[in-house]
Amino acid sequence: MASPDTQVHSVAIIGGGVVGCAVLRRLALAGLAPVLLERGPDILGGASKGNSALLHTGFDAPPGSLELDCMRRGYRDYLEVRDELNLPLLETSALVVAWTAAQAARLPEIVERAHGNGISDVRPVSLEELFAREPALARTAAGAVLVPGEHVIDPWSAPLAYALQALANGAEIHRNCTVTGGRRVDGTWFLETTRGTIAAEVAINCAGLHGDLVEAICRGSPFAVTPRKGQFVVFDKPAARHLRCTVLAVPDARTKGVLLARTVFGNLLLGPTAEDQSDRERAEVDGAALAGLIARGQDIMPVLAGEQVTATFAGLRPATQHKDYVIEALPAERWITVGGIRSTGLTAALGIAEHVAGLYGAHFGPAEQRPEPVWVRVPNLCEERPRPYRSPDCGEIVCHCEWVTRDEIAAALSGPLPAGDLGGLRRRTRCMLGRCQGFFCAGRIAELTAGHFDPPLAQAGGNPS
Amino acid sequence: MTGPAGETVVETRDVVIVGAGPTGLAAAVRLKKLGIDDLVVLERETEAGGIPRHCGHTGFGLREFGRLMTGPAFARRAARDAEAAGVELRLGTAVTALAAGGTLDVATPQGPACLRARRVLLATGVRETPRPPRLVSGTRPWGVMTTGALQQLVYLKGLRPFARAVIVGSELVSFSAILTLRAGGMRPVAMIEPGARITARRPGDLVARYILGVPVLTETRLHAIHGGNRVEGVVVEDRHGHHRIDCDGVIFTGRFLPESAIMSRDVLDFDPGTGGPAVDQTWRCSDPAYYACGNLVHPVETAGRCYREGLAAAQAIAADLAGPCAPDAARVTVELDGALRYLCPQVVTLPAASAPRWRFNARAAREASGRLALLADNSALWSRHVHALPERRLTVPADALRGLMPQRLRLVLE
Repeated sequence: MASPDTQVHSVAIIGGGVVGCAVLRRLALAGLAPVLLERGPDILGGASKGNSALLHTGFDAPPGSLELDCMRRGYRDYLEVRDELNLPLLETSALVVAWTAAQAARLPEIVERAHGNGISDVRPVSLEELFAREPALARTAAGAVLVPGEHVIDPWSAPLAYALQALANGAEIHRNCTVTGGRRVDGTWFLETTRGTIAAEVAINCAGLHGDLVEAICRGSPFAVTPRKGQFVVFDKPAARHLRCTVLAVPDARTKGVLLARTVFGNLLLGPTAEDQSDRERAEVDGAALAGLIARGQDIMPVLAGEQVTATFAGLRPATQHKDYVIEALPAERWITVGGIRSTGLTAALGIAEHVAGLYGAHFGPAEQRPEPVWVRVPNLCEERPRPYRSPDCGEIVCHCEWVTRDEIAAALSGPLPAGDLGGLRRRTRCMLGRCQGFFCAGRIAELTAGHFDPPLAQAGGNPS
Repeated sequence: MTGPAGETVVETRDVVIVGAGPTGLAAAVRLKKLGIDDLVVLERETEAGGIPRHCGHTGFGLREFGRLMTGPAFARRAARDAEAAGVELRLGTAVTALAAGGTLDVATPQGPACLRARRVLLATGVRETPRPPRLVSGTRPWGVMTTGALQQLVYLKGLRPFARAVIVGSELVSFSAILTLRAGGMRPVAMIEPGARITARRPGDLVARYILGVPVLTETRLHAIHGGNRVEGVVVEDRHGHHRIDCDGVIFTGRFLPESAIMSRDVLDFDPGTGGPAVDQTWRCSDPAYYACGNLVHPVETAGRCYREGLAAAQAIAADLAGPCAPDAARVTVELDGALRYLCPQVVTLPAASAPRWRFNARAAREASGRLALLADNSALWSRHVHALPERRLTVPADALRGLMPQRLRLVLE
């Protein structure tokens, strides 16, 4: 129980993934001074840390679903705010490519669904046009559909920008703050956390992979999370010259299949696999699955056989038994549930935030966005726009694979939301995410991060010569 | 005139050397001695010397400087010699892109610039293969690194990233990892090697086992890494099955790769075997303004060998700048059979007289015994019985090529 002088926040958001950050931003822009509680040492440490970085149109989303609605609003809102937040957009378009006659036979229904979903520029393309657009694609392709509006964004700078703008507009973020329980007394939530009790008039569950566990604080959860693992392979930057559009697969009943996409960082991304697991914390890569993925990539684009792998990773998506997102307000419980946000969360986040603000406004109080918010520009990490290493007086370059300067690292370790761990520093700057994985810069990074991470990357006690 | 990304050329030089490791420093000193004064060396690190800077153990310099020295001493000596020779060295200056004809985009501490040179010598060296391309299973905790990263932490920064580490691989550099761990007060728990014998020369395994006290597990593969934020252990696989080894660090050693990602494949021909630019016997690339030398073109040789090669490449560049040696020279790419992993040089410029006493340097893809033969238009110019081991140099003298004009050259291991 909180002491009498405990501050009662208007809103507490549980979970600092892309959805939590977007909701935090939206409610901060409404002047609600919300607080975000994140269990990890940094934001984006759960489902949001590993995804395919696509900005989806929603062309293949279930018609009439809340997911489609949030994706379309999220897509539109991203394009609206990205310049002010300094967020990139790699306008790639996508091609849904069929590799069998059976898949090709399903292309017309993909076009039809896209048109039904309001994405009217989706159209079939001839094999001639396909190979003209993508000369490196395997000649076994059997047909394709062009989705002009599917683009690529920075999966980490976007939510970081949402969080930073929220902070600049009165929000608070508590990290290393796991919500372990809570109860409601006289219409106020008292959330028990590893950093003490947090009181709030309304609680919003954006806990992603832990969504059903957090939901149990309020009620029997209407959904159960089954983490779905997706493994990815990242090819080194020279590989990106082989591809222009994102190449999507014809989805089957279970998955959207393996895609091949450029990244805003200049790499080539291949994945994901789709495997259910029970562990919500750890996503392991599997050597055999990665080898299978690479073989699949070479089937799609044979020149990949000559390209180097830079990184492999596995992400977890909070799949549930429901086909759609579970987003609802419980007015009596003063609680909003935001659950089952799967792989489309990066695209939909701003739309979800808008929807949540609508629910808040309908049940708990005014949530209109104020007219003149404070804007925050995040550092650009995208190769398509000028990076700091190309600017005058950029100083020392620390990470030579990703061209990260010492000033960028120093900036990521300070400010209102400094990197909380090495993963957070990597996501903010890209240091050590390149082909050498620290061969050239590990010593310098350990030195520059001294005093910032607990535990530190290295202890004193080596043997300088 | 503009560079790869459209910047205006701000500076024109006779020779630009990219990389101030053993190869680049040696070439710079020799070029100066040969009277090529309009020369600059670009080094992206804040200190010259290259990888030997952080090889804190001995074993360097005997042939080049006449005494046995540590890596850092070798690096300092090479840098000092360059300085004494009046070489202009620009530190913290990274080449970000190449364009045809010898134009370079560079990032400097003051901002971007563009250089043009009559000849560019690429000497960017190598790095080890880190975890991702090896497709090891498991989680991705901190505590997984290459020998190079470990050496920097220990020898350059005085830091200790973990307490007990497993070493993956058994090349020469893997033994450097053992020495580095011990120098930093860490314990090597085991060295694991998928082959039946270690890759480095014997008695390296006996030294590891009986002098350094490190179990050497051959025919053992790293299956998975476990841990949350930090490494908690690894699972290895041998013929008896899977076993767990407790450790808090994993060091991936060797399997060196050329540091060549900034070199556009549209500008230079690349050799799939080495992963570096294809060169001829004078270290010249497909674009005649570019030369490439040292470990960039043959992963991997010792620092000393790279140093000596840098000297030889400098001779070739100076001769080239002095005038066209063979205006209608033919370039023949040497074909390799499947038992061989790579060959350097990959291309022979005929007639092959310009580089006296040069040799081909080859590597076998796997352990193999047989006749290694250099064939010109199907007749053997040279052959020898060899027992080839992975990462072990196979040397093929090219003397017999002198004066010949074959249509086709092949190196085979039968």
